Amino acid sequence: MFAANIKQVAALMQNGQLSAKDLCELCIKRMKRIKELNVFITEMPELALRSACAADRRIKNGSGDILEGIPVAFKDNFSTAGIRTSCASRMLKGYVPPYNATVVEKLISRGSVLMGKTNMDEFAMGCGSVDGAFGPVRNPWKYRFEATRRDRPGAAQSSPSAARIADRGRQFHSASPSQCLDVEADDSAEWFIAGGSSGGSAVSVASGAVLAALGSDTGGSTRNPASYCGVVGLKPTYGLLSRHGLIPLVNSMDVPGILTRSVDDAVVILNALAGHDPKDSTTVVEPFKPCALPDVASIKGLKIGIPQEYHAPGLSSDMKDSWQHVADIVENAGATVKRVSLPHTALSIVCYHVLCACEVASNMARYDGLEYGHRAKDESSTESLYAASRHEAFNNVVRGRILAGNYFLLKQNYDRYYVQAQRVRRLISQDFWNTFRSGIDILLTPTVLGDAPSYRWFSKADNRTRTQEQDVFTQPANMAGIPAISLPVALSSNGLPLGLQLLGQPFKEQQLLTAAKAIEQLVNFRALDFDKLLYCD
Amino acid sequence: MVVRLFMRQFQHNLIRQLKRYSKRAALKGERLESQWETVIGLEIHAQISAKSKLFSGSGTTFASPINSMVSFFDASLPGTLPVLNRRCVEAGILTALALQCRLNLVSMFDRKHYFYADLPAGYQITQQRCPLAKDGHVEYLAPDEVHRKLVLKRARLTQLQLEQDSGKSLHDVEMSHSLIDLNRAGIGLMEIITEPEFCSAVEAASFVRELQLILQVIGVCDGKMEEGSLRVDASVSVRRPSEPLGIRSEIKNLNSIRHLMRSIEFETLRQISILESGGQVLNETRAYDVETGETVSMRDKERLHDYRFMAEPNLPPLRLYTNDTVPNGVPSDQIINVDELRAMLPELPNAKRERLKKQYGLSVEHSNVFVNEPTLLECFEKIVANQNLQNVKIASNICINEVLAAVNKKNIAFSASNLSAESVGELVELVQDEVISLLTLRKILEVLLQDSSKLPKQVIEERGWHQVSNETALENICCQVIAANPKVVDDYRDGKTKVFNYLIGEVQKKLSGQSNVKAVVRIMKQKLDT
Repeated sequence: MFAANIKQVAALMQNGQLSAKDLCELCIKRMKRIKELNVFITEMPELALRSACAADRRIKNGSGDILEGIPVAFKDNFSTAGIRTSCASRMLKGYVPPYNATVVEKLISRGSVLMGKTNMDEFAMGCGSVDGAFGPVRNPWKYRFEATRRDRPGAAQSSPSAARIADRGRQFHSASPSQCLDVEADDSAEWFIAGGSSGGSAVSVASGAVLAALGSDTGGSTRNPASYCGVVGLKPTYGLLSRHGLIPLVNSMDVPGILTRSVDDAVVILNALAGHDPKDSTTVVEPFKPCALPDVASIKGLKIGIPQEYHAPGLSSDMKDSWQHVADIVENAGATVKRVSLPHTALSIVCYHVLCACEVASNMARYDGLEYGHRAKDESSTESLYAASRHEAFNNVVRGRILAGNYFLLKQNYDRYYVQAQRVRRLISQDFWNTFRSGIDILLTPTVLGDAPSYRWFSKADNRTRTQEQDVFTQPANMAGIPAISLPVALSSNGLPLGLQLLGQPFKEQQLLTAAKAIEQLVNFRALDFDKLLYCD
Repeated sequence: MVVRLFMRQFQHNLIRQLKRYSKRAALKGERLESQWETVIGLEIHAQISAKSKLFSGSGTTFASPINSMVSFFDASLPGTLPVLNRRCVEAGILTALALQCRLNLVSMFDRKHYFYADLPAGYQITQQRCPLAKDGHVEYLAPDEVHRKLVLKRARLTQLQLEQDSGKSLHDVEMSHSLIDLNRAGIGLMEIITEPEFCSAVEAASFVRELQLILQVIGVCDGKMEEGSLRVDASVSVRRPSEPLGIRSEIKNLNSIRHLMRSIEFETLRQISILESGGQVLNETRAYDVETGETVSMRDKERLHDYRFMAEPNLPPLRLYTNDTVPNGVPSDQIINVDELRAMLPELPNAKRERLKKQYGLSVEHSNVFVNEPTLLECFEKIVANQNLQNVKIASNICINEVLAAVNKKNIAFSASNLSAESVGELVELVQDEVISLLTLRKILEVLLQDSSKLPKQVIEERGWHQVSNETALENICCQVIAANPKVVDDYRDGKTKVFNYLIGEVQKKLSGQSNVKAVVRIMKQKLDT
């Protein structure tokens, strides 16, 4: 079942071979089995089953919508009416929004089944999904499940219909027992991070609990975990998807991100979500032309740029090799591959940090515990109530960024930091413009430096250090507002997925996704075979 | 929740101090003030008359049930975004045009940060760096200090910006609670900043009155200061002539023109006293205490604020177009055309005054009264248009000196008096044709204000208030008065002409004020001089 793409699953439901309810039950079972990965902050099995049954009724009554009955998950920073939306923070642990984010509304109104709200870094500030109030998310790749260590219910098999699709679906990478044992036997704590901050959403897709999930992408928060978890992560052009209801990190860079197992699935979700929203003045008013990809995508004739600045320090040799390998493949497939320069790339991450801190300081000002959110007991004065509520409910990372942002925005620092960062931001955008103007259609880069780091290693340094390393290739796209997609292309020598990033021109998602699909078909990456992993015999 | 007992104590001390200042100042009186100049700058917050708020769809009705006009955005729920209200932008543009401002064809919104319980987002969206409009001016009439004549003055405006209003906090000191009402939070405001160029409280007040009138005429703000739709902050400083500007204090949230004047007067005296006794004026925000008529220092913290301004990232730049720049193929509801708005501007007060002077030969004072009383002006213009009056002056005199005086005495607005143009017109006609005297007119007005269903002629009929113009009847009465007052008549004939009015008064008395005064004067003169 989990090998099929949305279109195939929808077809099965349309011709009655599969009911939305059965599919939903399968997903609930999967959610339970991956509990250890800490993927969901809130699971809604009952609500999901009810929506699935409703979808079945609508299908029976003739609804042919491709999203009818499709199980999806949302990162816990998308507002969901009547369902807690915590941003993985103590601040919003008890917050239940009274409204749906536009993107949530769009998927639900098309019949998608909301399975749960996924785990993340607190307020999306992070790149490992380890800094949230609900604990870290674990990468399913090479993860040793309790089940694989104790009982092995080998009898448990997926439903017949699921097996059928698996047969004709694409190939799986099978996590062999030997690979499971690769992990140092004496350290059961050794596991790999999922990446972030949309780690929960990436794992929910990678592990087959849902067919698609929404994350958010401010500096790479969708593409980074996509790369580490071996799924597709699309960051659309800024202004194409509504941010209304997405709890902001950096308003001028945030976009809802799409996590799926294939490029085709990403297109289905993108087509459902894109377009002007009167509730978000930064969405473009021009009507969106849905993307349509050919069954066999071609990359022939495209001019692909390889930015030399992305040969950054710390780039793993595995990643470098895959990058080179894919560049060769696309060239062989008829694309022109050209070295290009984005000279201001090195400045980007510092500039990103300044701008991010400023907007964070501002956006977080509303959390005072008065209208909603955590309220401390200290009511001796308004000021002390604010201070206590905010101190108790924000983690160190959030508080650190607020402090930095307020410092940058002080009158005496404003020009030196905020204004200067805005200027650099313009230079970074211009780098992209100049490259595209020179005839380059798409840029090919690594998504991150290498494969997923272990939690033990990752947690040795603080959040700021890690984001500085991790976001280095991803945040320039946010600074410039251009679309980007991370695709799994290979496994590292350690047996973990590696993702490459394609950067496209604003609002040319059609071109970007066509190229992505072509590469996807050329590299034929084998997704994680979860059934085998869980019951590795 | 919030206890600010210390504030009370603090304020008490201050008030005591200030009383001493003002007493001392009063003693020195004239001498002191004449050596000092006052410099006043104003910041006016005008609530935009619009059905919904500046960035959200919630309503704006004054005095609605508490927290009933609050959208998710107004309560700053996470993930909500501002959507600019077109009506508010149009109101801002109309105002900028009426105030002769230079419009910025691209303006921006900024966030101004401070923590306060009635500011849910922790920041106010305003226009700091690049406001909607700059550099305007207003011509207004202010009474000349010495001659009390109205003189035309010009106030220069620094800028006009759009911004959000805050909510309201109510501090319950006894319960140590703050109660928050967010109905007002997010209502569109126009902030209008003047250059610090007013020299007196009267000037500042006259300007605010003129501005209020302009806003009302163009329909962008109801101008109701008592409801807080128009609020004024006044920066006041004093200096000796030809010296640089002194340190200023800012009096916040003045909600009537009288408070504006009183507070500036008090503040001027206070500052002079401080400086005269060798002290220093603090740069601080102050509040006007309505009960004591004094200004008191507000929390000191406020002046140390660093607002950490930042561009509002959720709103694209606000672009305005003109007939020449309107892009093709863009739906008109997505375009704001300044030229179209300019064409919608009604006649502004200053132009109206000029027209009244020219068209009817009215005095500056009369045209000013009419401009301030639009319904009365409407009535006046109707009368003048309907009747073939030999003398427009009679009409304007009656409208202003009689009708307006009568309704003012009753403490009601002319528009609320139910006096129709028809009945006022009839009064004018009656006076002009010498059918009634002014005294009778006043009596009729009294009746009409009680019962507006009647017309003046009806009242005259019912009460027999016709003016006595009959020559023989008047002659008889005059003879009677002369006969009854031989001593006065002798005095008059000895040259004490002042007593003449007494005799006329006696005649009037006998006729209960219904005599044709002109005729009485003529006849009496004739009788006495022969």
